[in-house]
Amino acid sequence: MRGKCGLFFTSYPAEAQVFPSGFQKLMVGLFLLALAAAPLTLDAYLTSLMNLIFIAVIGAVSLNLLTGVCGQISLGHGAFLGVGAYAAGQCTLHGVPFVPAILAGGLVTALVGMVFGVPSLRLKGIYLAIATLAAQLVLEYAFLHGGALTGGAGGLLLAPPTILGFAFDDEFRQYYLLLGFAAAALPMVTNLMRTKYGRAFVSIRDFHLSAEIVGVNLFAYKLAAFGLSSFLAGVAGGLWGHYTGYISAEQFNIGLSISYLAMIIIGGLGSVIGSVFGAIFVTLLPELLNAVSNGLGAVFPDIAQHVVALREGVFGLVLILFLIFEPEGLAHRWRLVKAYWKLYPFAH
Amino acid sequence: MEYYLQLIVNGLVVGGIYSLVALGFVVIYKATKVVNFAQGELVMAGAYVCFALTVQFNIPFLWAFLVTLAFSVLLGLGIERMVLRPLIGEEHISVIMVTVGMSSVLKSLVQLFWGTQIKVYPQVLPTEPVVVAGLPVAPVYIAAFVLSAALFAIFSLFFKYSRTGVAMRATAFDQQAAQSMGIGIKNIFAMSWCIACVVSAVGGVILGNINGINAHLGHLGLKVFPAVILGGLDSLLGAALGGLIIGVLENVCDGAARQLLGLGGVREVAAFIILVVILMIKPYGLFGTREIERV
Repeated sequence: MRGKCGLFFTSYPAEAQVFPSGFQKLMVGLFLLALAAAPLTLDAYLTSLMNLIFIAVIGAVSLNLLTGVCGQISLGHGAFLGVGAYAAGQCTLHGVPFVPAILAGGLVTALVGMVFGVPSLRLKGIYLAIATLAAQLVLEYAFLHGGALTGGAGGLLLAPPTILGFAFDDEFRQYYLLLGFAAAALPMVTNLMRTKYGRAFVSIRDFHLSAEIVGVNLFAYKLAAFGLSSFLAGVAGGLWGHYTGYISAEQFNIGLSISYLAMIIIGGLGSVIGSVFGAIFVTLLPELLNAVSNGLGAVFPDIAQHVVALREGVFGLVLILFLIFEPEGLAHRWRLVKAYWKLYPFAH
Repeated sequence: MEYYLQLIVNGLVVGGIYSLVALGFVVIYKATKVVNFAQGELVMAGAYVCFALTVQFNIPFLWAFLVTLAFSVLLGLGIERMVLRPLIGEEHISVIMVTVGMSSVLKSLVQLFWGTQIKVYPQVLPTEPVVVAGLPVAPVYIAAFVLSAALFAIFSLFFKYSRTGVAMRATAFDQQAAQSMGIGIKNIFAMSWCIACVVSAVGGVILGNINGINAHLGHLGLKVFPAVILGGLDSLLGAALGGLIIGVLENVCDGAARQLLGLGGVREVAAFIILVVILMIKPYGLFGTREIERV
């Protein structure tokens, strides 16, 4: 483990802690307090950005579990979010309370994800990527032509989430709801990576033959990775659907899958904190571009009509630059920054 | 019956385009083992450049076409040198994602320069249909088919007999052995990207002549996957046949679903359902190299 200079442990449980030093625990506590207090100082627009980030964090961490930790490339994650959104939406439309509906959406998505994970038994690398691409396009078609189940091209209209009679009907209330879900998902994945399952996933990613030789049942664990990852993706999708109040097939296109992959690559493959960084980066990138184009609008009046085209191009460019110059993502940069300050001012 | 015959003929024409795009894909995969998700955008770039030259700069079509090919060579060189070479030896996911990023960049550049409106090519071929096997077919379709077939013949001969072609096959077979025999691997990689870009540009120009071009042309790149998986990822003949078969199959499925089930839009998804089936029963396709490995 990195970053443990000056820490000395006498037992394995102490060594395996997520936050081994008191300082780290303090900082995490302060960070959570700051997050809880943040809406007091933010306006509705910034709060809505935070809400989108929370949803993206859950989605990104779920994809990172499958692709970053277990090494199974998925180009169909956007469609898995969609399955969760439609399933949870149908549940609440039929009177199921919010939290069970979201969990049911997650379970349905886990089943669908496992069905599409079955080819992973035979397919690896690029073949699996192409198979999940097919899953994405087939599911997109199903969303659009699903009849009453998906509302077809018209989509589904959903009421704001309600828990025990309390309606989360504005941005600030949604903020706490989504913060709660994100704050539950991150420790879940962090801890999962420290269990037998997490270690098996890593061994499959690193070399499938050695994993099999040390007794990891490849098929079962790959399916488990698809199931767990899709469950969280479904939860993220359900939350997203209820957050926007409207589900349409276009939301869950191949572009969404790609932006989730971009999140985990920009953030750092196989790293939970990296998923968070990536989700923040990719969610804020379009907003940053909008701000820049508004600022430049006075100088170049035509820029506004090109923003849509530019947005995608800048997104692609950022992705390429990260892959070439920072292949380990923002999580790596974060470690370097922490290591620098740990020994400051004696860097060597 | 005539309905289905017409579907098959249309499918063959679309399939011819798929074959061309798939050819570019296979050339890259064969030599460099890079799965190119930006193939459709390369088609789009070629189509738009040729459009700009003929319509906006009023250059005669033939010259515009040649300049487009020259541009594609430069595009291929640039992409290989700046984007792909730094990633040699990286994991699959990095290489896949870098081509995905490249497709976004190319798409956005095209939108920036030409907008999202559909653009129509000037008519270079007569529009009166020619009767083939009792069915009316537009001359541009025939030209497309002939041109695709000619390109395949040229490249098959190129790979079989030319010095460079043999060097490319050697590189595909074993990079280290090829390098130790004095083959410049980097040149081969650059060469394969050039060929892929040129072939894609030809496909783009043909498509532009058939039904105009718009900024969503890049979706064509996704249709390449069923074609190359059916043919086998690293087989030229496979790409040719795979493209044609997928073109026909998706057209017939679409037509049948429309007529028998009253279901629209099957065209978009039929090829991918076929793809999943192929992957399940015969993952190395019709002519692909079998990798003996138990997963």
